[in-house]
Amino acid sequence: MRAVSNLLGKRGYGENGRLDIRIMPKRVETVVLHDSSTPILGDVQKGGNVVVTSLETLVSQARANSLWPLTFGLACCAIEMMSTAGSRFDIARFGSEAFRASPRQADVMIIAGRLSKKMAPVLRQIYDQMPEPKWVISMGACASSGGVYNNYAIVQGADQVVPVDVYVPGCPPSPDALIYGIMKLQEKIKRSSAKNLHDLRLIEVNSRDMSKETV
Amino acid sequence: MEIFRDVVKPMMAGFGITRKRLQHEKVTIQYPEEKREQFARTRWRHVLTRYDSGLERCIGCSLCAGACPARCIYVQAAENTDEARFSPGERYAARYEINMLRCIFCGYCQEACPTGAIVLRNDFELANYQREDFIYTKEMLLEPNKPVHA
Repeated sequence: MRAVSNLLGKRGYGENGRLDIRIMPKRVETVVLHDSSTPILGDVQKGGNVVVTSLETLVSQARANSLWPLTFGLACCAIEMMSTAGSRFDIARFGSEAFRASPRQADVMIIAGRLSKKMAPVLRQIYDQMPEPKWVISMGACASSGGVYNNYAIVQGADQVVPVDVYVPGCPPSPDALIYGIMKLQEKIKRSSAKNLHDLRLIEVNSRDMSKETV
Repeated sequence: MEIFRDVVKPMMAGFGITRKRLQHEKVTIQYPEEKREQFARTRWRHVLTRYDSGLERCIGCSLCAGACPARCIYVQAAENTDEARFSPGERYAARYEINMLRCIFCGYCQEACPTGAIVLRNDFELANYQREDFIYTKEMLLEPNKPVHA
């Protein structure tokens, strides 16, 4: 009899044989969003919270297809970057035609050209001014690794200053090579996973606290 | 009459230009679906070629590494033996690595190569996420062996 009551106890019944909410097993549900009959918006197929996952799919799709670049042309790669925005290659097909001069309205920073050590703190400050979420494309040999300029003046890779998401090799990369890099970044954004609403970064998490600055 | 002269006539002229432009050929290349024709001497991703017999052309002389202005090529040579023969000469490249991020695709390695082993072809889709992924090893660069016909 005692064994039976123990067994019942495990199912949520207390010693007195009544339902006890404190020892009831928690209800676990896993909803998998993958079904061959369901059209899937992005490449995101995983189990988890339905609301966050579908919202995340929507948000990542929106983000991936409206990547506004920040104009950060430092050298000859910038010519190819401008040409990418031209009618022949037309980056507008990927929703990235709006090159912003202000970091406040930009999503992705395309570092086009060699990054000198004098420019590095400026680059970092501009990157810090961009709102979350933000991405960085390192365009060309010089921005990615220093290229031929293995000397005292050039930063040997922009990833020493800012976190780089996609590297595009070439000297300079042709516009289609840059578009390929942007497509790689879009893939990365669509693959991103958020555990909760905080991970979605719908609001700027690390916003600058203005009240502390005005002293 | 003034309205016709100041408003309607210039508008018609403007629309005329638009109409003329609509008949022009479309200039945009729909890149991921269609790729533009590359120029004859386009230099992009390197390939290590083979002879028709399947032997590697590279003899591990490191002239490409010497000619490289970005110093992005590393060649380690080893001796051929009768049991393990990779190239027709005495030596072959045991390791052949190119740092694609350093490379500026100048084609000097192709010019320096005495056997025409390293060539730059027109595959430009090289972007990737990690810096480590850009160290191209010999296995990645070497042309696949052609199927042997009897």
